[in-house]
Amino acid sequence: MVRILATSTLALMAAASAVSAQTEVHWWHAMGGENGAKLEEIVAGYNASQQEFTVVPTFKGTYPETMTAAIAAFRAGEQPAIVQVFEVGTGTMMAAKGATYPVYQLMADMGEPFDPAAFLPAVVGYYTDTEGNMLSMPFNSSTPILYYNKDVFEAAGLDPETPPKTWEELEQFSRQIIESGAAPCGFTTAWISWIHTENLSAWHNQPIGTLENGFGGLGAELSVNGPLQVRHWENLARWQDDGLFQYGGPGGGDDAPPKFYSQECAIYFNSSAGRAGVVANATAFEVGYGMLPYYADVEGAPQNSIIGGATLWVLQGKDEEVYRGVADFFTYLSSPEVQADWHQFSGYLPITQAAYDLSREQGFYEANPGTDISIQQITLNAPTENSKGLRFGSYVQIRDIIDEEFQALLAGDEDAQGALDAVVERGNTLLREFETTSGN
Amino acid sequence: MKRTVFGGRLLPWLLLAPQLLITMVFFLWPAGQAVRQSFLREDAFGLSTNFVGLANYRALFRSEEYLNSLQVTVVFSIAVAVLSMGLSLLLAVAADRVVRTARVYTTLLVWPYAVAPAVAGIMWWFIFNPTIGILPYLLNGVGYDWNHSLRPSDAMILVVVAASWKQISYNFLFFLAGLQAIPASLREAAAIDGAGPFKRFWTITFPLLAPTTFFLLVVNIVYTMFDTFGIIHATTEGGPNQATNILIYKVYEDGFLELDLGSSAAQSVILMALVITMTMIQFRWIERRVEY
Repeated sequence: MVRILATSTLALMAAASAVSAQTEVHWWHAMGGENGAKLEEIVAGYNASQQEFTVVPTFKGTYPETMTAAIAAFRAGEQPAIVQVFEVGTGTMMAAKGATYPVYQLMADMGEPFDPAAFLPAVVGYYTDTEGNMLSMPFNSSTPILYYNKDVFEAAGLDPETPPKTWEELEQFSRQIIESGAAPCGFTTAWISWIHTENLSAWHNQPIGTLENGFGGLGAELSVNGPLQVRHWENLARWQDDGLFQYGGPGGGDDAPPKFYSQECAIYFNSSAGRAGVVANATAFEVGYGMLPYYADVEGAPQNSIIGGATLWVLQGKDEEVYRGVADFFTYLSSPEVQADWHQFSGYLPITQAAYDLSREQGFYEANPGTDISIQQITLNAPTENSKGLRFGSYVQIRDIIDEEFQALLAGDEDAQGALDAVVERGNTLLREFETTSGN
Repeated sequence: MKRTVFGGRLLPWLLLAPQLLITMVFFLWPAGQAVRQSFLREDAFGLSTNFVGLANYRALFRSEEYLNSLQVTVVFSIAVAVLSMGLSLLLAVAADRVVRTARVYTTLLVWPYAVAPAVAGIMWWFIFNPTIGILPYLLNGVGYDWNHSLRPSDAMILVVVAASWKQISYNFLFFLAGLQAIPASLREAAAIDGAGPFKRFWTITFPLLAPTTFFLLVVNIVYTMFDTFGIIHATTEGGPNQATNILIYKVYEDGFLELDLGSSAAQSVILMALVITMTMIQFRWIERRVEY
């Protein structure tokens, strides 16, 4: 027994010394399933490409779980060098000035060549401060698009090659689908907050908050109770009553995908990164892709859609050697080859122009129709104050509030104006609290 | 009772030390941290900390969401206690009357207790799922449009059923033991005097079961308040519109998802006070019973 113990200790020590020759860079991420396997493949590619650093990826669960784990680890002094944080956590990370190491500063300090202009503006805009400095490293960004069932369209007497362009058309198409008996439901959706509130506003060039949607400072207030948002929520509630629309649940709307896959609903909104899931599950029918619809009478629509997904934040408190590794790894990660590979595999946006160009040269978009809808949509127009994204503290909670009030609306407890007024009121309370705790 | 007398003071302390250490590390220390945190307002990373006195508690009792959560918890606890205790009493009475295969029935009825809350939650989630579940499909057949992601009452029914189902086994065991402890001679005497089965149950069996019933009531309330986290998390996640957001789930949500540590800590301190009160009620009752 003692001997076994002694040998294993020796083995352990040997292993430890072999590792310590290379600097370890820990990366906590939230990519499960196939995307997680791809991520590990990318990391393995990096580790094999050089001798100096070893990146160690660790899967930490969902986005909120990963972020919470990293924050708890930071409080205990055990934080990883890199953590993947979803877009709504951006406000929280930005306000934690002593805890994060802004990417632009890291790259400059480590003498790593870095050109923010190489990234797609709609992606980087979300993650830069008011002076235009990039604070975190874009990794997986997506944007919502429309998926539709071509077979059902045909059965309903609609042109299977033409997705609805406007909400008016969407209503009319849905009605025709139901009345013709082609499908029992017109459309369903994931993400009421992200798609039918935030993106709806950006797509129509309307603000969802003051001070450039919160980019201008912690004093921002929500303003999602404008006429456009009220009109859209009112329509969704009415469409639900008419049976045109079926609710897919709060947050990411887990009930929505099965409704589309089982051909119950003919049209479905979800992230462009949901494409792999759609392709894998929609085997019994042909899928078409389209941009988000807009209200034709709203001036300036369609503008451009905004992104979701996550970026990589660097946490403070590590040795310089580790940060050199982080900088080197980020350069590898944003190289056109790695990015194009990741983009084509996962359905996330290519974060750099070069990766987009490379994918086009490789003929990816021709071979996989619908994959470039997301890129066309975020680059449709130059982002305005209302369409470069949003930045509010406590936004994870505000998203929950949006879901809750939307449920109250669908349950008939409130009208659209009342529900959105409540979102603004409850959200602003959280924003003021966030301002007091973080604004020092 | 045999008393063991220790010679010195050192040995008893030494023997108690492991247990005391565990209590200290896993209960007293975190509990103390929670109390401390509940008086602070802190950002998520712990970069700035302010002492705010009782502000977190005051904010809670002014918060509509918290009062709603309190109300939801009361409704949920009572519903689960009534449903699970009622059903298990019925099953226990039935099993008590079966002479030959009582053991088989008992084993079968105890099974659900071995299922982890999260697994039970997932199972009920599948059964009740509006899109792929079997129950909404059947209900649709009789004209009821089940949707627990929108209708608060449906969501509440779902979590009550899921939580009760798990607790029935436990209650059943205690009721069965309680029933078997009642001397058959009492019931036989009543039967000879002409009392029917219902009369016998309500005037003899039920009153004699009262200590068991009371004990189970406390246990069930503690169970619904603290051990149903997994069920809520796997099914409704507190929704729709906070309709099933019980106190313990709110602690998790505010603390771990929303990183509002001060408020979350204040909520756990309140829960701690609640569980201490309940345990005291239970202990006092047990003491009384021992004297009796």
